[in-house]
Amino acid sequence: MKKIMVCIKRVVDYNVRVRVKPDGSGVMLDGVKMSVNPFDEIALEEALRIKERGTNVEVVAVSIGVADTQQQLRTALAMGADRAILVQTDTAIEPLIAAQTFLALAKKENPDLVLLGKQAIDDDANQTGQMLAAIWERPQATYASKVEVADGKATVTREVDAGLETIEIDLPAVVTVDLRLNEPRYVKLPDIMKAKKKPLDVTSLDALGIAAGALLKTVKTEPPSLRQKGIIVKDVPELVDVLKKKGLI
Amino acid sequence: MPKILIVGEHDGKTLNPATLKCVTCAAAIGEAEITIALLGADTAAVAAQAAAVHGVHHVQRVDRPENAHPLAAIFAPQIVALAADYTHVFGPSTSFGKDLTPRVAALLGVPQVSDLMAVESAYRFKRPIYAGNAIITVEADPARKLVATVRVASFEAAALGGTATIETKTVVATLPTHTRYVGSKSGSTDRPDLQTAAKVISGGRALGSAENFKILFSLAAKMNAAVGASRAAVDAGYAANEMQVGQTGKIISPELYIAIGISGAIQHLTGIKDARTIVAINKDGEAPIFEVADVGLVGDLFQIVPELERLV
Repeated sequence: MKKIMVCIKRVVDYNVRVRVKPDGSGVMLDGVKMSVNPFDEIALEEALRIKERGTNVEVVAVSIGVADTQQQLRTALAMGADRAILVQTDTAIEPLIAAQTFLALAKKENPDLVLLGKQAIDDDANQTGQMLAAIWERPQATYASKVEVADGKATVTREVDAGLETIEIDLPAVVTVDLRLNEPRYVKLPDIMKAKKKPLDVTSLDALGIAAGALLKTVKTEPPSLRQKGIIVKDVPELVDVLKKKGLI
Repeated sequence: MPKILIVGEHDGKTLNPATLKCVTCAAAIGEAEITIALLGADTAAVAAQAAAVHGVHHVQRVDRPENAHPLAAIFAPQIVALAADYTHVFGPSTSFGKDLTPRVAALLGVPQVSDLMAVESAYRFKRPIYAGNAIITVEADPARKLVATVRVASFEAAALGGTATIETKTVVATLPTHTRYVGSKSGSTDRPDLQTAAKVISGGRALGSAENFKILFSLAAKMNAAVGASRAAVDAGYAANEMQVGQTGKIISPELYIAIGISGAIQHLTGIKDARTIVAINKDGEAPIFEVADVGLVGDLFQIVPELERLV
């Protein structure tokens, strides 16, 4: 294991309650706090732990996004990534294009392992890792809750609907991570200062030979339909009564 | 005419109900020819179940030893080969479908629409983003194959009463050997399945410990309900991860959902908003869960839950 590539997405912070624009053209993003996608943060933490266990593993954080995505990559560097690459674009990137871009980076960087979150909390697509693995023609292990790397292989425990599944995959491979894999470290101030000196290269989709464009057209954005506010009952017998009347018990 | 290939989910014995919901979604497209593809070591029993689903025209079986476990890297090239004759490929938005279908889409060189929640036409759908805080309508290019996962909570299960043909297919596809199944560990098997149960009782951080969660299991046993948990309760170690309900856990649509000691973060609400009736029990009358609950009861869950168990 020499190199791990961690894919990071800049997303609206987990704590922001996103609202739809009144004209239905999208969601309101002006001035909202942006962060590293929480699942990608877990992916980075896992890469750092593998690095700390092993010898001479380089961790490269990569992202695709607007110029300000440098902030999230600096956070990644402060957490412990060795260097970062930003593929700068103002175009919204769909998962398939993201996968193609990460493939171009993987071909340059030749990582043994690509780690990323199982989904981004903005589009909730849950596609990019699987798509990268497909076009890279390499194994995928999604929803990882445990990753063990040894002898050119990874043994990954996956969180599936029925419980846990363990698979063994040959490296290089793509692993997408779930919440319980680890708890990401806090960044300390000296690390933030150190991160400013770490290399952060900026490149473009053009330079990587990627044609950006919308494959899917979003024609409307609307708020979810709200449930009607219900009733408050005073005690358990009244609750049981209501449920019986509804035929639920 | 749309020709829709649904990747059937099963465990070798039983067709997963998520597949029936995909059929309902596919049927909503209108005048579609619907095929369920079943990959497995021996899919005879499951094929008979799939053929009996109303609205299904064909069932295709691909039986081979490599298909004994649903590994995306093994299944995807076979689905791609089967997909040649189809306009649409659907999978359920379960951990099985979410793992597999993006790999299929990428091999086909097409985008995927995740979590279809409503069908407007064969190439126009609604899906949630931002944990369900916004719903977008997306249009795909009819010139491309459409690959999608179906948000199972948004659709009823298709009824029985079909008489589909069953065909055994031989798929020519090179299967990789770089991905190997090691083993599985399932959590609770004696209780109703969370994803499909008519009644679900969920607990939050207010339960305080894994030990205290037992009062929910006891109530659930009496009510024949499945037990779920909020992310906070799972993170705190009170409940197993496969019990998690919400944006990053399971999205469910039971007839009755009882949220106990759950404050109601948006990430949790997105997993339950299709429930027919939501009951909230919480000591904080201002908790956001009461905004979506049909019936609310403010009080101490440690008194309410045992009393509820006596009275139901």
